[in-house]
Amino acid sequence: MHDTRHLDSQAQPSYRVESRGHHGASDLLEVSMGPQHPSTHGVFRMDVVLDGERVVKLKPVFGYLHRNHEKIAENTTYLASMPYTDRLDYLCSLTNNWAYALAVEKLAGLQPPERAEYIRVITAELTRLTNHICLIGFLLQDMGASGTPLMYAFRERENILDLFESLTGARMMCNYMRFGGCRVDLPPGWLEQTSQVLDRFPKFLEEFDRLISGNEILIARTQGVGVLPRDLAIQSSATGPVLRASGVNYDIRKVDKYGIYDRFSFRVPLGEHGDVYDRYMVRVLEMHESLGILKKAIQDIPPGPIVDPKAKIRGFRPKAGEAYGRIEGPKGELGFYLISDGSPNPYRYRVRPPSLINLTALEDMCLGQTIADAVIILGSIDIVLGEVDR
Amino acid sequence: MLGTGLIKGMAETARNFAGSFFQEDRLTTVQYPEERIPTKEAARSFPFLVFDGDDAAKGLRCVSCQICEKECPPQCIYIVKDTTKKPDYMGKLQFQPKIFDIDVSVCMSCQICVEVCPFDAIKMNVEYEMSRFGRFEDLLIHKQQLAKPNEYFHKIHPTDAAEVDARLAAEKLKAEAKAKADAEAKVKAAAAAAAAAAAAATATPATGAAPKPKPATPAAPAAPASVDQPAKPAVTTPPAPSTP
Repeated sequence: MHDTRHLDSQAQPSYRVESRGHHGASDLLEVSMGPQHPSTHGVFRMDVVLDGERVVKLKPVFGYLHRNHEKIAENTTYLASMPYTDRLDYLCSLTNNWAYALAVEKLAGLQPPERAEYIRVITAELTRLTNHICLIGFLLQDMGASGTPLMYAFRERENILDLFESLTGARMMCNYMRFGGCRVDLPPGWLEQTSQVLDRFPKFLEEFDRLISGNEILIARTQGVGVLPRDLAIQSSATGPVLRASGVNYDIRKVDKYGIYDRFSFRVPLGEHGDVYDRYMVRVLEMHESLGILKKAIQDIPPGPIVDPKAKIRGFRPKAGEAYGRIEGPKGELGFYLISDGSPNPYRYRVRPPSLINLTALEDMCLGQTIADAVIILGSIDIVLGEVDR
Repeated sequence: MLGTGLIKGMAETARNFAGSFFQEDRLTTVQYPEERIPTKEAARSFPFLVFDGDDAAKGLRCVSCQICEKECPPQCIYIVKDTTKKPDYMGKLQFQPKIFDIDVSVCMSCQICVEVCPFDAIKMNVEYEMSRFGRFEDLLIHKQQLAKPNEYFHKIHPTDAAEVDARLAAEKLKAEAKAKADAEAKVKAAAAAAAAAAAAATATPATGAAPKPKPATPAAPAAPASVDQPAKPAVTTPPAPSTP
């Protein structure tokens, strides 16, 4: 593979922005990118100070999509905030459901039956696939691979969303998991359909690999760009593929072994350089590992009930206490922190959104890079504004 | 060689482009208004109210218990309870909703109302072409448009509907048996009381027949229910929160 790293990107002068605007001798230019800019993945704004094309200072501005999620959840019943969790990271509603259900189950002492645990693993790994192919499509779109890779990615994603629709009733806003299990059982023939989709999936990954992974332009645009050093990644509490691309072996599926993840053997892909290319490749490799988990789960899924008999739909009041449920979402550690005072509503409801916390390292990654690279770096963090702003 | 990756990628694009002319399964889209993908059985769009029989006003399963109104996350359901009980299609006295509105511009199709309903009265529709001219009043759907017959429910969600019907029939049988047992017990008790009264009033036989007509009234609701079709629900208890 050709190494066309930007060698000069490391040498960055330290600028101080003296004045805002154009008066004086300053030739720094302040640009407000967004919130309607198409490359910012939603309503996100970057206040960038530029010296020529180089980024000197970058301030992420968000909150345009704030919907008061936490306060709403504190004023509704536990069950009624389940559909709102779909709308946090709207590309992976099923993993959001799982994290929230996990927190409430810890609070109420519920144990999902075997079959429900397997269904959860299957749906969560399928969600990881959809999220990663979406991200890769968008990332390439940001780089200027206009349309084609994104459409290929969406074609494949649509197959998985069809599976979600026939299981949960909705393509994206699934609202599927319940406290102590899942809402409905798998429809007949669903597992066979899933196996078919999964059998076609490696072919798609190969096709995508041929299409783009060895592409010289991709390599030139991504290698050595937006480096997040290992120490900084840990200090900024980045999680998920962003952290692992910097070489830190931290996957909550391995560390915490929530659900039944201790029954599956899979590898955790790690990057070396922490640049955009590594973040891209970590996700591609993660999809390969997810396929392995899915195959094993479909093979092993037992028959049986799907909901803990102790779980209640109406009049659900967990006893007073607090709980933190976390999962390895496709974007990183997604956690829900709940305090119950014994009433039907949570006393405190807090989301730990991976997108927001990974975003805090954006400025450090972008300094000294060109403005066009800032767009790719943002794309490689994989943010969804529904989750950043909540 | 520099550029091989590019050429490889282009070849892949060309393969996909040419392939769509020859292979049917490479075409992944349909020409929408003329051609439609069939809706999945589990699909859901917006809620509707189920009624039994032919008359929507009479056969509405909803008893306006207002649980869905309370549980609805975006608060899009508005119910006003009727002040008087009216006989439903089985002749049983029930509260019916005077107003039952769903604002579909607010509804987020989450299905929580369906899950919490103890009477299987509200279900999810699969209709998705909901464009209207008005922004407010046209998207506020009233009871009359919401009410759909049980046959429609069977058409869109056959498995679910069959399950609900079986459950309701079982509940109805149980309720009937209970009503019958209650009625019999009451008749027996009344007869015993009458006998006791008659025994006590042997000295004055003219007033002994007075309590006799009483047992006929509590047995009345069970009688019309038994002549109705067996697959219809018997709603007998008020909405007590219960475990599913």
